[in-house]
Amino acid sequence: MAQTIAEKILAHASGNQTVKPGDIVTCRVDMAMMHDSSGPRAAGKKLDELGAPIWDTDKLVVVTDHYVNEGTDASRAIQDHCDVWCRDHGVKHYLRDKGICHIVLPEFGHVAPGKFCVGADSHSTTAGAFGAFMVGVGATEMTGVLATGEIWVRVPESVRMEVTGKLAPGVAAKDVILKICGQWGIMGFGYQCVEFCGSAVEAMSAMDRMTLTNMAAEIGAKTGIIAPDGKTKSLLEGWGRKDVDLQTWQSDADARYVKRLTIDGSALSPQVAAPASPENADDVRAYGNVKLDQAYLGACTGAKLEDLHMAAEVVKGHKAAKGTRFYVAPSTYRMRDQAEADGTLAILRDAGAVILESGCGGCIGIGDAHLNENEVGISSTNRNFVGRAGAPSSKLYLASPYTVAASAIAGRITDPREFLA
Amino acid sequence: MTHQGNAWKFGDNIDTDQIAPNHAYRRSDPETAYVYCMENQDPDFHKKVQVGDIFVAGANLGIGSSREWAPFYLHKCGIRIALAKSFARIFYRNSFNLALPALVCADTDKIETGDVLDVDPLKGQVKNITKDETYACDPVPEHLMQMVADGGLLPHLKKKLAN
Repeated sequence: MAQTIAEKILAHASGNQTVKPGDIVTCRVDMAMMHDSSGPRAAGKKLDELGAPIWDTDKLVVVTDHYVNEGTDASRAIQDHCDVWCRDHGVKHYLRDKGICHIVLPEFGHVAPGKFCVGADSHSTTAGAFGAFMVGVGATEMTGVLATGEIWVRVPESVRMEVTGKLAPGVAAKDVILKICGQWGIMGFGYQCVEFCGSAVEAMSAMDRMTLTNMAAEIGAKTGIIAPDGKTKSLLEGWGRKDVDLQTWQSDADARYVKRLTIDGSALSPQVAAPASPENADDVRAYGNVKLDQAYLGACTGAKLEDLHMAAEVVKGHKAAKGTRFYVAPSTYRMRDQAEADGTLAILRDAGAVILESGCGGCIGIGDAHLNENEVGISSTNRNFVGRAGAPSSKLYLASPYTVAASAIAGRITDPREFLA
Repeated sequence: MTHQGNAWKFGDNIDTDQIAPNHAYRRSDPETAYVYCMENQDPDFHKKVQVGDIFVAGANLGIGSSREWAPFYLHKCGIRIALAKSFARIFYRNSFNLALPALVCADTDKIETGDVLDVDPLKGQVKNITKDETYACDPVPEHLMQMVADGGLLPHLKKKLAN
């Protein structure tokens, strides 16, 4: 029976030859991730209540990213507790202060095509960019995984989302996914697996593709997935993963999709999502004069090495507008080091950017990149719900690294193509 | 097995940042921070809800993060059933895991705050006593209601491990 990548992974993980949408199967977990917010203080605490050991300490990754660098006693206590819990439970893969979970997972070799993974965070969908099937779960659900190494899954219908043509300069994966959010809505693909494909996706770098699957969470999808190719293999191998199988984990030509949809990549303009939902996306030029108190490049969505490169390309030789705070929090410390070494951070600093520590930070209203009462910000993050990034009266627009950078320079929402011409 | 309670009605797209603001659950005592549940819509929500009340929303209840504090805080406020036209998938699973049945009901527009509802999750029926109306909802499988009766996934697992 012809199957999609997602179906092949779920069949393999559940010990079946094939599965079909609607089947409820119990899958063996290849890798589980939890962080300082969902992990030791939540799922870990419940595991201890249950009195069960971790099913396989080689398959669990614990990351600190949510409450790092906040500088409060409460957040320090959470970090300390993480240290103690991981030590006491023999956690082998404890990525403390390395960066944001969804990026450090592949960066430290924990993601590969064909793997069935769960993460106690909604943006766990990100790993799909590498042909893995990874879903977000809550803390109690994660407790079950920690104790048993298994979880039940309803096999999702697959949606084929083809991005045709070629993206114009100044247009990136973030614009594609915001366009999809705008067109189909925040629950447009509830419970489904969205498989991104097409010439524009093939042309994207393996790193930029992570932005598509990261925001699969913002279209209601169970997860997003992208067929692995040579770019996937070389990026993952560079990150230390050796078992990158490109043959097995491909959708069959006659696999069944509940929907086949297309986005015209060639016609796509930079997109901006207005407050307070990613689905409020529209062309950047639809916004008129929106003045900004802050521009933020950060999070698992928009501060990877290549996102920093995009921003640097725009801001080179310019200065951030007076009255607009410009913050950059690289997604991981390795990427921060790389951006330091290749001169990217110098360009950003010259433009007035303040480089912040790597962590979830401003995306969840923590640290310096916090929006105060009635302030307006733009960011390369994934969510702009009321109060998400600071005060409930603040307003947040979402955009690509190019657009955030251009907007920092102009002090208002700006089309980055003005700077790239 | 039916459940009767007062309805608290909200609109579409109630996200987890509204139900459990991140400033609340990142405190050192996150369990007690349920007092901030739905604070942007009604700062006194936690005081007004009676144990056994029913949270009623439109489409996409629980969109956003995987934070389990969202259904935890609703339960802590006293909410014992969530009714919505549709749910975000992680919130849906989290709710059952924390003994808060999440029922998909297409007719939540007809329900107003203060209506007395009588809900039968197994049968998939909502009776609006106040308005004398009956709505269908997706029936909840018996094994999920058994987990709810045990107090959620964790006590349910404990029971299973003990046997």
